[in-house]
Amino acid sequence: MIWELDMAILTLVLFCAVGAITVKDLLGAAILFGAYSFMMCLLWAIMGAVDVAFTEASVGAGVSTVFFVAAVFRTTRRTKD
Amino acid sequence: MSGIVATIIAKYNYWIYICLMMIGLYAMITKRNLIKKIVGMNIFQTAIILFYVSIGAKRGGTIPIIEHAHGGQSHAVEAVHYINPLPHVLMLTAIVVAVATLGVALALAIRIYNRYRTLEEDEILSRIRGS
Amino acid sequence: MKKLGLLLVILSGALLLYATVDFPLWGDPSSPASLHVSPRYIEKTMEETSVPNIVTAVLADYRGFDTMFETTVIFGAGVVCFLLLRVLGGEEGDHYYRHLPTGVTIHVKGAKGKSLSGEFERIDMLWTPYDLVIKTACRIMIPFIQIYALYVIAHGHHSPGGGFQGGVILGASVILLAISQNLRTALRRIGEKTVGILCAIGVFIYAGTGALCLALGRNFLDYAALASVLGTDPVTARSHGILIVETGVGIAVMATMIWIYNNVSSAGRYDEGL
Repeated sequence: MIWELDMAILTLVLFCAVGAITVKDLLGAAILFGAYSFMMCLLWAIMGAVDVAFTEASVGAGVSTVFFVAAVFRTTRRTKD
Repeated sequence: MSGIVATIIAKYNYWIYICLMMIGLYAMITKRNLIKKIVGMNIFQTAIILFYVSIGAKRGGTIPIIEHAHGGQSHAVEAVHYINPLPHVLMLTAIVVAVATLGVALALAIRIYNRYRTLEEDEILSRIRGS
Repeated sequence: MKKLGLLLVILSGALLLYATVDFPLWGDPSSPASLHVSPRYIEKTMEETSVPNIVTAVLADYRGFDTMFETTVIFGAGVVCFLLLRVLGGEEGDHYYRHLPTGVTIHVKGAKGKSLSGEFERIDMLWTPYDLVIKTACRIMIPFIQIYALYVIAHGHHSPGGGFQGGVILGASVILLAISQNLRTALRRIGEKTVGILCAIGVFIYAGTGALCLALGRNFLDYAALASVLGTDPVTARSHGILIVETGVGIAVMATMIWIYNNVSSAGRYDEGL
């Protein structure tokens, strides 16, 4: 519950989210989404939700990034928007 | 002056959650690429999970694991000293279900790509109408 | 379309921002959410279940139905991925082999049913270098990751962790094997049928524990009924019951993660992964 840290990471989360949906490369979007998930994990650790932070660190930042990369590998990196 | 700062600190979290939620919604509505839509869906989900978890936060509370649990004499546990565990429980399962739905969504995207050789929504529609 | 979407998003965002005026302050100990159900859990968990981690106790005991159906949803997602993507039938087409002593790559056309063995190693169609460092490092790391995952499942009563986290880490260790070597190596260790059966076994352990409680004359998922089977007092029986269902959750989640990865990374053909 350190509010300065909380506000700084919230701002970073916002930048990661905007980056993940505007970058014109799907592999880049997948990696930025991984960074976004990891920032989320830090945010939950600050709020004292350790179980949720642990789950997000393993699920959101780990496995779902791998799923995204696998799906991009099986389809295409090209995107128009 | 300090009143304004206190209000900003107390509400800044909620404003950012709403911004994140709207970013996710915008991606789901206007982006034409299917993977981008799925990223938007996940951002939407995590914004709502973040909102739930922040409801349970308590200033001055510790993490919801009882201290000195097996350390000899028992002592009274007061709810004020521990962060509210109920939102954590509900959201923990939601995160794991989110990755399961992500898997299904990506499987659908791969099937669509194998059929139409593209992930762009407008090209898929023109190929459906054209053939 | 783009302008309409932006307008819609800004409109609903403004409405939600207006609603934050009524919200309780961030971190307020006397907010409505902290006053009703949760104090009961915080104050009674220790004496009723003897589990210090309140999140684990509420997850697997007080709200056991919720978690059981979440596990069922995960199982369903694994089955749906399999049904959507899996291409059944023999693998055919071109195979690439690397001759290990010399490093020469050969290309076999229409190698149906045949396979080279001995000094040859099958490689993926895309260019794959011979990565001794990555393979060895991952081979050393994977057992430690798996032991850590088992610790997370077993120690979920006293520290952050539990079936979901441990199961995901176990699944991630197998996914790491599939990425560092190739998908066929991971499939030789834990095959497609094994994954499907493990997935179902995990859900069965959870539901079966509940049914056992029902058979012993208490409510569904009321682990105090297991006291006579385990030979302990009802409070300890609830703690052990939580461990049993967490193991079931861990098995189901592990198997589902591997299953979804196998299907997504090879687009259902199970020959070449990431």
